[in-house]
Amino acid sequence: MRFDVAIVGAGVVGCAIARELTRYRLTVALCEREVEVGLGTSKANSGIIHGGHRAPDGTLKAATEWRGNQLWSDMARDLPFGFARIGDLTVAFDDDDVAYLQRLLEQGLRRGVTGLEMWDAERLRREEPNLSEDIVAALHAPSSGVVNPYEACFALAESAVRNGLELRTETTVTGIERGADGFAITTDRGTLHARFVVNAAGVFGDELARMVGAEEAGLRFRKGEEYLLDKRLVGFVTRVTFPCPSPTSKGILVTPTYDGTLMVGPTATWSEADDLTTTAAGAEEVFDGARRLAPGISERDCIAEFAGVRAVAADEDFAIGHTRVPGFLNVIGIQSPGLTAAPAIALDVIDLLAEAGLALEVRDDFVPTIDAPLRFAELDPDEQARAVRGDPRFGRIACRCELVTEGEVLDAIARGARTMDGVKFRTRAGMGRCQGGFCAWRCLRLLASSQDVDVSAITKRGGRSWIALPRRDDHAATEVEHA
Amino acid sequence: MPDLHPWELPRRYDVVVVGGGPAGMAAAVGACEGGAERVLMVDREHEAGGILQQCIHHGFGLHHFKEELTGPGYAQRYLEQVLEHDIDVLTDAYVLDVDASRSVSVLSGRYGRTSVDAGAVVLAMGARERTREAIRIPGTRPSGVMTAGFAQKLVNVAGYLPGKRVAILGSGDIGLIMARRLVLEGVEVVGVFELMPHANGLTRNVVQCLHDFDIPLHLSTTVVRIHGSERVEKVTVAPVDEALRPRMHEAWDVDCDTLLVSIGLIPDNELARTLGVRLDPVTTGPVVSSTMETSRDGIFACGNTVHIHDLVDWVSQESRLAGEGAGAYASGRRQAHDNVRLVPGTNVRSCVPHTITTEREHTVYLRVTQSLAPCTLRLGDVYERPLRYVVPGEMVTVKVRPRFLESFHGGALRVDVVPREEAGRE
Ligand SMILES: Cc1cc2nc3c(=O)[nH]c(=O)nc-3n(C[C@H](O)[C@H](O)[C@H](O)COP(=O)(O)OP(=O)(O)OC[C@H]3O[C@@H](n4cnc5c(N)ncnc54)[C@H](O)[C@@H]3O)c2cc1C
Ligand SMILES: Cc1cc2nc3c(=O)[nH]c(=O)nc-3n(C[C@H](O)[C@H](O)[C@H](O)COP(=O)(O)OP(=O)(O)OC[C@H]3O[C@@H](n4cnc5c(N)ncnc54)[C@H](O)[C@@H]3O)c2cc1C
Repeated sequence: MRFDVAIVGAGVVGCAIARELTRYRLTVALCEREVEVGLGTSKANSGIIHGGHRAPDGTLKAATEWRGNQLWSDMARDLPFGFARIGDLTVAFDDDDVAYLQRLLEQGLRRGVTGLEMWDAERLRREEPNLSEDIVAALHAPSSGVVNPYEACFALAESAVRNGLELRTETTVTGIERGADGFAITTDRGTLHARFVVNAAGVFGDELARMVGAEEAGLRFRKGEEYLLDKRLVGFVTRVTFPCPSPTSKGILVTPTYDGTLMVGPTATWSEADDLTTTAAGAEEVFDGARRLAPGISERDCIAEFAGVRAVAADEDFAIGHTRVPGFLNVIGIQSPGLTAAPAIALDVIDLLAEAGLALEVRDDFVPTIDAPLRFAELDPDEQARAVRGDPRFGRIACRCELVTEGEVLDAIARGARTMDGVKFRTRAGMGRCQGGFCAWRCLRLLASSQDVDVSAITKRGGRSWIALPRRDDHAATEVEHA
Repeated sequence: MPDLHPWELPRRYDVVVVGGGPAGMAAAVGACEGGAERVLMVDREHEAGGILQQCIHHGFGLHHFKEELTGPGYAQRYLEQVLEHDIDVLTDAYVLDVDASRSVSVLSGRYGRTSVDAGAVVLAMGARERTREAIRIPGTRPSGVMTAGFAQKLVNVAGYLPGKRVAILGSGDIGLIMARRLVLEGVEVVGVFELMPHANGLTRNVVQCLHDFDIPLHLSTTVVRIHGSERVEKVTVAPVDEALRPRMHEAWDVDCDTLLVSIGLIPDNELARTLGVRLDPVTTGPVVSSTMETSRDGIFACGNTVHIHDLVDWVSQESRLAGEGAGAYASGRRQAHDNVRLVPGTNVRSCVPHTITTEREHTVYLRVTQSLAPCTLRLGDVYERPLRYVVPGEMVTVKVRPRFLESFHGGALRVDVVPREEAGRE
């Protein structure tokens, strides 16, 4: 089959582009090496939809940040994912910091960012009593928000598939060749043909460009570690809180996630593309930095941690545009604020494709919405009672920490969850205090029975991430399977 | 197990017991004996028995039944008593909430979301395991890092193996028992790594599960890094100094595909927390009186949800008391007023119950911070008695009789466990 457009990489950028393209009469394929969408950098970040005033002047980042910020409201209206404009604060500890806030305020005003306001120490204390007493002033940006980034990817992909996207997961692109009438894309699961190729391969962006002889962005990789805190601290800080950047560091933030629990981080250290390790030094830096902003935070409250890798272009900006290979577009080097900018980037890419000769004919049967999954924990008691009457599977708890029912897990599987992480990031099962101690077995069983496979075939997140082996009698068989 | 579900769930019970593990079962029986007529026991699993159902090893009931039973065997014994007492048992049902007026919200596939009113409530939700995240081990986050209890469930209940080459972090009882279980299943257990200079589990488990199977126990050693992007490939371990800081230059790598984490249990106290009962910052379970009543009227608690037990026998004993207290409360009988507050002193981490009376005999459960042998237990300056040895991994049970406290007139009573000589000197 020959597609009009093939996108490589189903991070938030690839998913947003794919969904925009399905608004038109086009055939579109999206290839993703992982078993599900959004499992790259788009899962492992701070989840902040930046206010729009932060990116440096004159960059592509600045050109997409505020527009992206605004577009998230449209996306959140149509698609079910956690998104809330909780606002952010940049806080000042001394006069230099105050001067920085002033510059940030002016930059934001120039870009049309709405609602920006300087707060004095007294106002700040009233609004956020748990922030440090040493803070002398703060810049409040009510436009800023938080999102569950993986939920956004799942929803974008689900919507696109519903509108005809061909989603190929567990499909690694290994070669791209330009022929007379388009591209031959080799994968570990056969060859695809497409007139246009969009490179949204995240940290592998340069590798992909190299395959076809397009410009590379000189990508380097900057890892960020993040630490999630127990729900004991829900409400302790209610807005995303940034320090002023120092010459050596962008600083450690305190972020109330969409679900209310606090996240602290990220660090920023040069690393390999696949380095997802957390370190003792990283933890120390993060908790020191977080305590500077909110002294009541302690590492004892940590319930989970992770690391994500930013793909950083040589000039530190996004690398979006045509390449010397006609029809092959780069959308790489999408570091922070890439999540924020993604919906604006998607629109820009549509324009670029049109420039390159792609005919855009709007469909009248595009369905912008998908059904929201039921979230049992968010219902009031009467609604819960009704839900269980309608389907007794909502009466069985799968995850007790986050109060997720078996009905929700089964729904997630019906929507495409194939792995433990897929279930976890769709339903929150296993994200709480006990980190899966209680629910892991239940989720494993549900995943296995609904796909009609053995429990030993279920993985954490694809590849060799198996969880359980059959008992010794079957050892020989697994040896082969997991080799 | 017979179907014990009542056809229709009554709106009111004298006593509702949350949790059907050994604590819940003993409390339900105790409630009947304390005078309650209508008792409901709720458990979220398919069958009652709690953690015992996955403990297929022997070693339960030596004190209580004077014979050595398996976990399920012990549970069966108690379930028979529950059946004899005409107690309503609701399984596959989750208690969402208990409020101060003792209305209990229950979620089940069978009855949907309902609530029942209780004359008294017993909290017996057990404990959950501490995870890798609780101690923040650096490195990657591959599959194959799991709690020992999850591995126990995989092997004993589901019939799967957690991996082929297993390292164990922490020497809690579950980890020790799993070390032996896995070796018997043909899995290679490369070692147990314990941060502290002493094992955390029962001495008998160290001997019977590690020594008898030649599994190395590395004390004062911890896992400092996890490797592997998809599945665990190896872990780095390092000895620690007195301040428990890893000595990284002495670190070494251990090849394994699985890391079991057995670093202790913490009371499952969610319901207690939302109810606003007073919690003990050390045990993290509720503060309880001599009848196991919490700081909220008519709310009792027992078993691992109060403090972590290593022997189920004491769970049963303490929980029967809680049940009796709840039964008496529901029947409108007054409870004895406690006049002694136990205060953990030298080398004592925690004491449960937190208060007792000078009128009745009580069993007091202590946890110590340091190993001592021989040593002396002191109650204020009114009573002392020799103990052969104490270790942090084993709960110390002490019977306190009224005559010990004859010369004590109430108030705070310090509990110390000190070396034998020191006591002698005074
Ligand atoms: C610690 C951290 C915190 C951050 N915080 C924020 C924030 O708060 N706000 C914000 O706006 N931004 C933030 N960012 C940035 C944001 O996460 C990224 O800009 C965004 O996720 C990039 O998305 P992407 O789709 O380009 O990349 P990815 O999500 O990495 O997607 C690329 C995909 O391509 C796939 N792929 C690669 N090669 C191939 C191949 N050969 N074949 C098939 N598939 C392939 C990968 O598997 C991957 O899924 C943060 C980043 C980090 C690391
Ligand atoms: C691996 C392991 C090995 C052990 N080995 C031994 C041994 O060899 N000898 C020995 O004497 N002791 C042993 N013990 C100790 C003993 O088993 C425990 O102390 C005892 O099981 C604790 O009883 P419990 O009822 O408090 O908790 P649990 O057994 O954990 O029971 C709690 C019950 O409450 C239910 N529950 C919790 N919350 C809710 C809710 N909201 N709604 C409904 N139901 C709920 C749970 O499903 C569970 O069934 C062992 C313990 C473990 C974990």
